[in-house]
Amino acid sequence: MANYSTNEFKAGLKIMQDGEPCNIIENEVVKPGKGQAFNRVRIRKLISGKVVEKTFKSGESVEGADVIDMELAYLYNDGEFWHFMNNETFEQLAADAKAVGESTKWLVEQDTCTLTLWNGNPIAVTPPNFVELEIVETDPGLKGDTAGTGGKPATLSTGAVVRVPLFVQTGEVVKVDTRSGEYVSRVQK
Amino acid sequence: MQLTDNWQPSASLDVLRQRAALFQTIRNFFQQRDVLEVDTPILGRFGVTDLHLENLETTLSYFPHQRFQLQTSPEYAMKRLLAAHGQSIYQLGKVFRDDEVGRFHNPEFTMLEWYRVNFTMQDLINEVVTLLHDVLGARDVYQTTYQALFQKHLNLDPLNASVEELQNCLIKYERIADLVERETDRDTLLQLAMSLVIEPQLNKSDITVVERFPASQAALAQLDKKDERVALRFEVYVGGIELANGYQELTHAQHQQLRFDQDNHLRKQFGKETKPADFRLLKALDAGMPNCSGVALGVDRLLMLVTGISDIRQVLPFPIACA
Repeated sequence: MANYSTNEFKAGLKIMQDGEPCNIIENEVVKPGKGQAFNRVRIRKLISGKVVEKTFKSGESVEGADVIDMELAYLYNDGEFWHFMNNETFEQLAADAKAVGESTKWLVEQDTCTLTLWNGNPIAVTPPNFVELEIVETDPGLKGDTAGTGGKPATLSTGAVVRVPLFVQTGEVVKVDTRSGEYVSRVQK
Repeated sequence: MQLTDNWQPSASLDVLRQRAALFQTIRNFFQQRDVLEVDTPILGRFGVTDLHLENLETTLSYFPHQRFQLQTSPEYAMKRLLAAHGQSIYQLGKVFRDDEVGRFHNPEFTMLEWYRVNFTMQDLINEVVTLLHDVLGARDVYQTTYQALFQKHLNLDPLNASVEELQNCLIKYERIADLVERETDRDTLLQLAMSLVIEPQLNKSDITVVERFPASQAALAQLDKKDERVALRFEVYVGGIELANGYQELTHAQHQQLRFDQDNHLRKQFGKETKPADFRLLKALDAGMPNCSGVALGVDRLLMLVTGISDIRQVLPFPIACA
């Protein structure tokens, strides 16, 4: 993998730090009039998810990370691995629980997810921003209640629990924003 | 930063008016004090030898065998005028520095530089503060030495601490720890501490004056005769921004030659191209330059403080990305 000079630093560049692939979030040059310039960089570690700040001398080189994002369709979970397929090449990839992490509760078969690969191996799975899932369990709400009163918890088919308005019932399909984990709307069948 | 196709200016008309008013205030300030405005060349044969400054270079078809340099500051030419005429002078104009683009940096920027004959460093500090009060209104002034500042914020003596002591002190700051661990150059560690640990802690509303920098960072300042570990160099910070850098000027030709040589020695050590010394400056010093103090101030940054704008691009009509 190529090395990158601090001159090439910009948001989105993938570099290796502490043995982990990282994504540069922000890069700022601090340059005293008569002194050494420094790059102050905020990075997200792509495996642990931690955001940390690092400092480099301007002109230093850093090892790049072979990280790519791929759009793949979710197929199924075999108990150990989550399987995804490239709909164009039909090539399949399996991600482990560490890579899937919290996203497991938003995986809907045939939905297109973003898989982040490091050296060809999945390290993160990002679900679509919106998913539609069936409610498998929720308390019957009172009739006449409207949305916006705080709602009630509902368990979805994947095990995710979201707050829904009181009028939404078991067996209905709801649209959820996976980034916030919040109910968006009821989906008419 | 990417180049853009925008044709529109990034500074508002209101900011452009404030820029023009600031130029006017500066010119009035010096006219009242009988300081002569000069307009020295920005295109010249010699650049600077400073380890951390890079000139932009160009060629002229008329002198095909000579490279020409855009000046990073009008310092050398102004000093030649001082040697020739012994008159206090100022210059308000563009200068160029390679490698600097960001929230506080544009490769082409406006600098105010002035030299006061028979002023001590303290006389000039006082004048800088007066100008800043004229432009920014009343503000508290906090003046300290470089040494006292390090003792206050890091409990460390920057003039005596070993590289190891510096590392042990700075490694506690997580965001710079990795760099501290692999860095063994003393001045780089001091600059790291200054820029990334101390500067962010300076009171943002004060005018902070830091004086008597270590001799290793003297640039073109005289050493303090009472304590040669430090140079008569000062920096002014306002609002977390480094605004001005001044010296009680080195006037001795041989000392100047020595600084050029030291710079080039460091450039070699850091793997950079050495730069020819401006022999005309040396000749001028040899002919005799009056005792004086001089300072350079970033006018675009001053305008940021006037307008309360936190990105230099918004006080420039066209920053480099759309210049």
